[in-house]
Amino acid sequence: MEAILNYIGTNMEMVYFLILAILLGVEVISNVPAILHTPLMSGANAIHGVVVVGAIIVMLQASPDNYLALVVGFLAVIVGTLNVIGGFVVTDRMLEMFKKKPKKS
Amino acid sequence: MISLNILEISYLIASLTFILGLKMLSHPDSARKGNLLAAAGMGIAVLATLVLYQDFDAGKGLNYGLIFLGLVIGTIIGTIMAKKVQMTAMPQMVSFFNGMGGACAALIAIIEFQHHQHAEITGFDGELLVMLLGLLIGSVSFSGSMIAYGKLEGKIKDKVLPMNQAVNMLLLLTVTGLIAYQMFAGSDPVLFYVLLGVALIYGILFVMPIGGADMPVVISLLNSFTGIAAAFGGFLYDNKAMLTGGILVGSAGTILTILMCKAMNRSLTNVLLGAFGGSTATSSKSGDSDQTVREISISDTAVLLSYSQSVVIVPGYGLAVAQAQHICHELEKLLEEKGVEVNYAIHPVAGRMPGHMNVLLAEADVPYERMQEMEEINPKLANTDVVVVIGANDVVNPAAKNDPASPIYGMPILEVDQAKNVIIMKRGMSSGYAGIENELFFYPKTRMLFGDAKDSLQKLASEVKDV
Repeated sequence: MEAILNYIGTNMEMVYFLILAILLGVEVISNVPAILHTPLMSGANAIHGVVVVGAIIVMLQASPDNYLALVVGFLAVIVGTLNVIGGFVVTDRMLEMFKKKPKKS
Repeated sequence: MISLNILEISYLIASLTFILGLKMLSHPDSARKGNLLAAAGMGIAVLATLVLYQDFDAGKGLNYGLIFLGLVIGTIIGTIMAKKVQMTAMPQMVSFFNGMGGACAALIAIIEFQHHQHAEITGFDGELLVMLLGLLIGSVSFSGSMIAYGKLEGKIKDKVLPMNQAVNMLLLLTVTGLIAYQMFAGSDPVLFYVLLGVALIYGILFVMPIGGADMPVVISLLNSFTGIAAAFGGFLYDNKAMLTGGILVGSAGTILTILMCKAMNRSLTNVLLGAFGGSTATSSKSGDSDQTVREISISDTAVLLSYSQSVVIVPGYGLAVAQAQHICHELEKLLEEKGVEVNYAIHPVAGRMPGHMNVLLAEADVPYERMQEMEEINPKLANTDVVVVIGANDVVNPAAKNDPASPIYGMPILEVDQAKNVIIMKRGMSSGYAGIENELFFYPKTRMLFGDAKDSLQKLASEVKDV
């Protein structure tokens, strides 16, 4: 138990960060109209693609003869990029449709 | 040192764009810019990591090559998939990309675990906990999203395994045990991969019994899972961009999930445990089944619509499945030419996802002003000549207002029973997702038009042309 408390104590800055970010997330989207639920979800989906940064760091840290790490990391970079690019492009396509079109007679 | 500071500042900028982007995404006017802003921030974070992340080891040429190759492959496949997908297939596309993010987080945890094996750690091992949780949540999100994708694509049928809930509880206890044991007794490679396997199976069984109409809620939930998994990755590397992005999506996604449930007047547990299936029999209205419905022919419908002053179309899940949004707009234009005022009434949870129906109709060039939300259109329905309900059921069921025993009692509905005439386009007399009878079908002013939505609308459009 003491070890856990120590761990939290040394990472207090992180705990603050965590709590504030959670509250921020709740605050930012609490007043969103229903028509935007799908694009918003899709946009959020693209944002968590930031995990690809972790995949790149893994690759940069791996020693060039650690083939397991290289192969798994390579896969991680591909799927992470898929998440980012696919997510943003799909969201943009959805939102593109909401722009006002010139009225037809 | 300077480059390290620039790297940190880049992450700060990326974090800011994520927050602002998400904020802008929640307003119709700024949504598109918000998305682009977040994308730009993502670009900065990735580029800065590539250029500025220092790990002084010689001979990393191969690593850089592989990273670039991975980025290029991911970009090409991602762009093609996202550009080619039909608007009606959007939800499963989001689910697919979400699964990819989950897989990425799980793969990172696997590699970090290999490194971690060589480290000497005494006392509470927070890093191990973060890895195990990242692996667990990432894998659940991956396999769950793939099942959700398969279900919406129609490749996987709804299936409730015997004792599904009990098995799920057992799996959940198993993963908790696996994590707790390693936290006390130290990391163990075999148990680590057992955890991976159990987590993948749990993801599958978690989504398997949930019905297609509830899939959006599940996807939204898995979306926030992936966010949390990404945040765990951020903990591992003390990377602020991953932390902000991940936690933000984790909490925003959870709120969004709850908002979606609220629009359906259901709780999240109710959706996840699928309590609807079991309670069908308790509906009070099942006794008087001698009522009959009145059918209407295509040509009669065409005449009725053509000589009306105002028509309101209520599109639903059935219209989305039949991909009938274009032909629906066609019909609307024909009626407009005859001087009929046509509007669309969009229930908050119409279609496959909240907001999905608006996207579908916008794709078919229906003007934004014609799509009216529930609160806006309900007072006008009493003055409407004909309401055409296309492939919707529970969202127009008067039982939500009149029958306290009904499972959907209290759900906000479109009050189409106020209109002068109601035409229901439906495949057959099967009940809606909630599995309950709809007394609206038996009202004297209601007429049924059976058939596939797209097919019927096509015939209807050509009839209207000839009237």
